[in-house]
Amino acid sequence: MQAAIALEKLEFGWAKDQPLLNIESLTVMRGERLFLQGASGSGKSTLLNLIGGVLEPNAGAIHLMDVSLQALSKTQRDAFRADHIGFVFQMFNLLPYLNVLENVTLPCGFSTTRRDKAVLRDGSVDDSARRLLDHLELGGALLRRPVTDLSMGQQQRVAVARALIGSPEILIADEPTSALDVGNRDRFLQLLVQECEAEETTLMFVSHDPTLHDHFDRVVDLHGLNRSGGDA
Amino acid sequence: MILLRLTARSLWHRRSTALLTLLTIGVSVMLLLGVEKVRTETRNSFANTLSGTDLIVGARSGQIQLLLYSIFRMGDATSNISWQSYELVKNHKNVAWTVPISVGDSHRGYRVLGTTEGYFDHYRYGNRHPLSFDDGRRFESLYDVVLGAEVAKKLGYTLGSRIVVAHGIGNASFSKHDDKPFRVVGILNRTGTPVDRTVHLSLQALEAIHIDWKAGVKIPGQAVSAEEAAAKELKPKQITAFLVGMKSKVATFHLQRSINNYRKEPMLAILPGVALQQLWDMVGIAEKALMLVSAIVVMAGLVGMLTVILTSLNERRRELAILRSVGARAWQILLLLTLESALLTVLGVGLGIILLYAGIGLSQSFLETQVGVFVPLTALNVYQWKLLGLVVVCGTLVGLIPGYRAYRYSVADGLTIRI
Repeated sequence: MQAAIALEKLEFGWAKDQPLLNIESLTVMRGERLFLQGASGSGKSTLLNLIGGVLEPNAGAIHLMDVSLQALSKTQRDAFRADHIGFVFQMFNLLPYLNVLENVTLPCGFSTTRRDKAVLRDGSVDDSARRLLDHLELGGALLRRPVTDLSMGQQQRVAVARALIGSPEILIADEPTSALDVGNRDRFLQLLVQECEAEETTLMFVSHDPTLHDHFDRVVDLHGLNRSGGDA
Repeated sequence: MILLRLTARSLWHRRSTALLTLLTIGVSVMLLLGVEKVRTETRNSFANTLSGTDLIVGARSGQIQLLLYSIFRMGDATSNISWQSYELVKNHKNVAWTVPISVGDSHRGYRVLGTTEGYFDHYRYGNRHPLSFDDGRRFESLYDVVLGAEVAKKLGYTLGSRIVVAHGIGNASFSKHDDKPFRVVGILNRTGTPVDRTVHLSLQALEAIHIDWKAGVKIPGQAVSAEEAAAKELKPKQITAFLVGMKSKVATFHLQRSINNYRKEPMLAILPGVALQQLWDMVGIAEKALMLVSAIVVMAGLVGMLTVILTSLNERRRELAILRSVGARAWQILLLLTLESALLTVLGVGLGIILLYAGIGLSQSFLETQVGVFVPLTALNVYQWKLLGLVVVCGTLVGLIPGYRAYRYSVADGLTIRI
């Protein structure tokens, strides 16, 4: 099976003598659902920014779908991220001035690859968004509502639909459940995992909460992984 | 394009502040355009005031002063010139025609001009347009007057209206020539020149109403009735100025020199075109200052916009990080903020144009009657469009500042959403 994310001897620090991140090796296979456990300060956001191509490592290699990020220019990395990675953050993921449907279709405005995939799959970008929202139990009257009318749980599901539209190979979720209550959290996780499975998306789920392990194929502790135990 | 749509939606979301910004820019653009338009129209009406006249001759003073009181009906003549000197020039072999002018009286704030019938034959304005009558005819009998278009319209006079001429200039003159009333026999078409604001009567009529006056007051006990005055021989002894048309243009300078060097009476002959240009250069300084002030007002409007956008930026760091995470490049963030300024400026300019035309529509009659400038509702000229283009360019350049700030934010924040 092909690797979706492969990190090799990755080192990063703002200053040479203060390494924040030092990862010998981490490989996430295509379609795998990885739970990356890390408390705040474990180098979590630094790692996400490295994989997203916003930061560049001091040493080592990052391969996404066998493409070396270091071989790409800054703008190419931005484009690569837009084409291949969807993000879901802790909370307030949505643009308040767009309605639900417009928020979901947003990535297709920045990536023609994802737009083409969405159109190929569902006929149109809007239809693709409707299908995803429907699967995530959001539909009908909600589509044209301002996102500020939505509950936190609904907002996070809209963010998942947005991260999945145009079938990017990788979905990175950064503490997406921390703002949700327990009932909402489990339902959210079920839907997230189920949808990633259906789309064959590689899921990298970052959280400090060990009670969520059950939903994932593999659990990696970032503290054990990061040999520098840096502070980010 | 997605960025433009996002900018528009984002602005709409913040529409109360955006609207105020828009209004600031709109009003400043209106001011800029308004000043520029009034300037253009003033210049046009200046240049078009008199044409076809080769020389203006009056008592020796400054050439602008002579132009002002003989043509623009402004200010006073320092002194008059004698009828003999006038006749001398009139009978010069190279002179085709002359039109004598006498000023000094008024009617309800409008200047009264004594002249001859030659005025209607030879006075030209704009592109050598002769005067034409909207109604009625030239003055024929002694107590006839011909009104400029504005006088008739403002004061509501029609043919046959009776009017009284006041001695001296000014709206509140107490000494009136009320023993010798005049009858309106003609109303001229609008010219856009001071002629519109003039009450024309014959030189003889001016003599008649002053027959029993001396040194600005009525001579007590010497009242002469209108009929008695009409029966007398009314020969003007003095006039204020006169216009000269030459048979051959080449001789103009020679005659001008002769008049200026005439020893028996100090006189001044001026070339209207040169004097008009000089007058415009003088007035032009004020116009330029006004233009500069409105340019500064536009800059202030743009700085106001800059302040609003920069203030909002900190609250929008989350928005920028979200956009980055859904695939926006860093340069697109820069473009997004620059577009916002550009869009605001373009809309502001549009609003400014609308405000301008609404303003002209509302104040047109006021400007015309009170300021004497007729500002037509014409399309913007090339220069005015260029000015607007410059405003948009400035607004866009100003937008690079928040654009760059946002770019720095999004590079620093990356995909990390800061609350």
